[in-house]
Amino acid sequence: MYDFAYHRPKSVADAIGLLKGKTEARVMSGGMTLIPTLKQRLARPSDVVDLGGVKELAGIKVEGNNVVIGGMTRHADVASSADVKAAIPALAYLAGHIGDPQVRNRGTMGGSVANNDPAADYPGAVVALNATVSTNTRKIAADDFFKGLFETALAEGELITGISFPKAEKAAYMKFPNPASRYAMVGVFVAKTAAGVRVAVTGAGATVFRVKAMEEALSKNFSSAAIKDIKIPADGLNSDIHGSAEYRAHLVGVMARRAVDAANK
Amino acid sequence: MTAASGIGARVLRTEDKRFLTGTGRYVDDLPLARATYAYFLRSPHAHAKIKSIDTSAAAKMSGVVNIFTGKDLVDAKVGGLICGWVVKDKHGQPHKAPAHPVMAVDTVRYVGDTVAMVVANTYDEAKDAAEAIKVDYDVRPANVDLAKAFDKGAPEVHPEAPGNMVYDWEIGVKADVDTAFAKAAHVTKLDLINNRLIPNAMEPRAAAAEYDKGTGHYTLWSTSQNPHVLRLILSAFVLGIPEHKLRVIAPDVGGGFGSKIFCYADETMVCWAASRVGRPIKWTAERSESFQTDCHGRDHVTHAELALDKDGKFLALKVETIANMGAYLSTFSTAVPTYLYATLLAGQYTTPLIYANVKAALTHTAPVDAYRGAGRPEATFVIESIVSKAAAEMKIDAAELRRKNFIPSTAFPYQTPVALQYDSGNYPPIIDEAMKIADYKGFEARRAEAKSRGKLRGIGFSSYIEACGLAPSQVVGSLGAGVGQWEAAQIKFNPTGNVQVMTGAHSHGQSHETTFAQIIHDKLGVPMDQIEIVHGDTATTPFGMGTYGSRSLAVGGSAIIKATEKIIAKGKKIAAHLMEASVADVEFDNGVFKVTGTDKNVPLAQVVFAAYVPHNYPLGEVEPGMDENAFYDPANFVYPAGTQICELEIDPETGTTEIVAFTAIDDFGNIINPMIVEGQVHGGIVQGVGQALFEAAVYDKDTGQLISGSFMDYTMPRADNFPSFKLGYKVTPCPHNPLGVKGCGEAGAIASPAAVMNAVHNALAPVGVKHVEMPATPLNVWQSIQGAQHQAAE
Repeated sequence: MYDFAYHRPKSVADAIGLLKGKTEARVMSGGMTLIPTLKQRLARPSDVVDLGGVKELAGIKVEGNNVVIGGMTRHADVASSADVKAAIPALAYLAGHIGDPQVRNRGTMGGSVANNDPAADYPGAVVALNATVSTNTRKIAADDFFKGLFETALAEGELITGISFPKAEKAAYMKFPNPASRYAMVGVFVAKTAAGVRVAVTGAGATVFRVKAMEEALSKNFSSAAIKDIKIPADGLNSDIHGSAEYRAHLVGVMARRAVDAANK
Repeated sequence: MTAASGIGARVLRTEDKRFLTGTGRYVDDLPLARATYAYFLRSPHAHAKIKSIDTSAAAKMSGVVNIFTGKDLVDAKVGGLICGWVVKDKHGQPHKAPAHPVMAVDTVRYVGDTVAMVVANTYDEAKDAAEAIKVDYDVRPANVDLAKAFDKGAPEVHPEAPGNMVYDWEIGVKADVDTAFAKAAHVTKLDLINNRLIPNAMEPRAAAAEYDKGTGHYTLWSTSQNPHVLRLILSAFVLGIPEHKLRVIAPDVGGGFGSKIFCYADETMVCWAASRVGRPIKWTAERSESFQTDCHGRDHVTHAELALDKDGKFLALKVETIANMGAYLSTFSTAVPTYLYATLLAGQYTTPLIYANVKAALTHTAPVDAYRGAGRPEATFVIESIVSKAAAEMKIDAAELRRKNFIPSTAFPYQTPVALQYDSGNYPPIIDEAMKIADYKGFEARRAEAKSRGKLRGIGFSSYIEACGLAPSQVVGSLGAGVGQWEAAQIKFNPTGNVQVMTGAHSHGQSHETTFAQIIHDKLGVPMDQIEIVHGDTATTPFGMGTYGSRSLAVGGSAIIKATEKIIAKGKKIAAHLMEASVADVEFDNGVFKVTGTDKNVPLAQVVFAAYVPHNYPLGEVEPGMDENAFYDPANFVYPAGTQICELEIDPETGTTEIVAFTAIDDFGNIINPMIVEGQVHGGIVQGVGQALFEAAVYDKDTGQLISGSFMDYTMPRADNFPSFKLGYKVTPCPHNPLGVKGCGEAGAIASPAAVMNAVHNALAPVGVKHVEMPATPLNVWQSIQGAQHQAAE
């Protein structure tokens, strides 16, 4: 990797201070994407600001009807949290199926959501559960957060401090992993919350997207039969040696039906 | 004899103590004082002319010690890398042998071709400097698609091989085969692609070298499977360093699968540059370099036809194959799709007439050479696929059709129509046992049950044969091999009674330190912890051919047996003297010499001590010391055989395949350590299933970029892809080697692709799918099902 200045602040305020004016600085949470990128010399930041020492960013708490998860909370902690399992078991399941044990013990929710890899799992949950992303400056609704391929609403120097997930009446996540990387080639998160039914798809497109036709059908009848005839257009979906756009479009339907069945169990 | 740890015992691996506690010593672990580090600049293009290379800026960068390019090698008159097996084409002409410069001079021919070597004080400095080297490329069109490599107008890889043809080779008499086809009641035709694979040993290739200015000695540490052969090639053909001035050490090596047999550019450069730099040089491949530059495996396009009579008896087999050689001919590349492939096309069957035509093609891709099984997996895949297809077409049970055509046990030694003479075997009991363990009878009920869950269940057979234990030297010599293929052993007792056994074989996962010690323990009665197996260093081991082709036990183990016989013979003379008996009356059993019919005895350790302290000793008749060498050149190949049965379920909605049961019954001859053999079979099956379901080296057909260039895109098989395997053995001892052993290292990988793909085809037949190429990935299977539905709808 190329040389860079390394910083390990103890507070959000210090982290923000360190980032100020450094346009080539990168924030590191779990480092599960950034470290391999640095090792492959695909990134050349001037500074790396490691949030690993910012204790205030990690943790899970229940606030009324919401589960609030700190940005630096590791996937393994989400997966094993009794609070998450009780409130939104599908979210604990999702976290427990990210990467491998090493990744789950290092990678963080905030890092994953801020990176917005098209094949990441969390964006599906954030959108389907209509979560709210909190930063050091504001609150951002899920639908407004994910903008495109590796692109989010976060401004320069803005940090995710936590994400608030409304409890779900029913929810499930079904992932079809890429055979090689085991990232989501198609992941469908289906949730029925106080705000209604949402179907969010990750892995298939440039960024997470909702399937409104399925949401409408499921609002009337929350069963897999209700969406069995809904076809997803392949236009604009990802295509690579592991899956054509047509295949991904087909898998969205299959994974959505299986997610609904799982949510109904 | 000593059941606890002798031949046949499940002895835990001696080498595991250091491997499992992180105390193994690999090339990269070497602490070399004042070491420099090398980084190789690789070609980013599949085919380009090098207009210029400007290293001036790079040379001035921090820490840079030296930079070498192909021109430096030309100036120093360094030879090119060689192909060590001359295959004669169907007109008797030797194969086209294009030059293989160690580093590119004016042309790069694959993505990863070596362009420059930067040596610096640290690896990062070398890499930084490499980025500052300016190479002006004139990018040319690349020839990447194997099926089109011979097409008119296909970009030429080397002018020495017009039309990209390395050889057009054949075996068998085509006219006789055609006559048999004309009389056939049924002909089954099959087109298939044997997918290209990337070996991916756990330890990437690495090299380190040191030059001693005072003595003119070079020491090269390399992740080699055959250090003596590497030294021979570097000395005699490439670098011209006299053999006695070059020591090659292959210390602990983390897997090879064939990919570390060959002499590579990078290790050659590290060795050559060590004397120029005047400091030791270290280099370890990054994983992406391994993907791009390790020799790849397989990569055939094949058309096959099988002629049968009305009862299903095989009359003749005809095979046409185009084999990819990549951009340069690697060390043994030419032999793999000819003598290790077409000579195996009889399989376990009495097919009386076989004709095979193999055309070897150059393409702008990484070199292709031997990879676990080397030619034999490709042959087995052709035979076992076409046999199962014929069974389906003729509505004969797949096992029944095989049984009908098996070589009968009474027919051994059996001369096949494709040169090999099988020494031993008994195939029917193997398939019977496999079918029993796999509960073949219960399959239809399981298929029906799976259907009720929406799954397509299939079952597939693969009855393989392989020729391993390479090899009778005169036979391979007559076929073009540049080396002999015997093996050597030295048994050296120390005065205190413990023993060092030097072998020319090399262990990089095969557990020789345990298996070979068991042989010594069994034959000489020396306790296991008093035995040390020494391998991998040309300075301490006898010249030997290394480890590949499942040869180490059959050939190297036999050399050890011959050496034990010499030890015992000498020991008897010494013991006779010590016991004041006649040599003819001395017998040796379990480490003790005895006078027959008496209670007089003397243990081996005492005889050894007498040999080193010869005070009371027959010096007039026997030399002092206890140190014996033996060389063993096998009389024939060995022929392991077996049957695998794979049972799997396909989810037609997603195209995902799950292996639910896998049975393998093998005849490996006698078995020294069943636990180690099981490990070999497990690993082999996993590697073969990897080929069938997961792995594919994918190049962009236009640009020649390696798309599957990392684990993000190259699908390795993983533990959770497999059920527990059901294994079993049937033993027909090899009649021509002293241990009666056959070899087990490649069998799993040779047989399993066909077992899996026959099961895939069996599962998909009810939905109308006719053919699926490997790997049967979810996408591939789903598209096949879609294609069949589409066809049905038309």
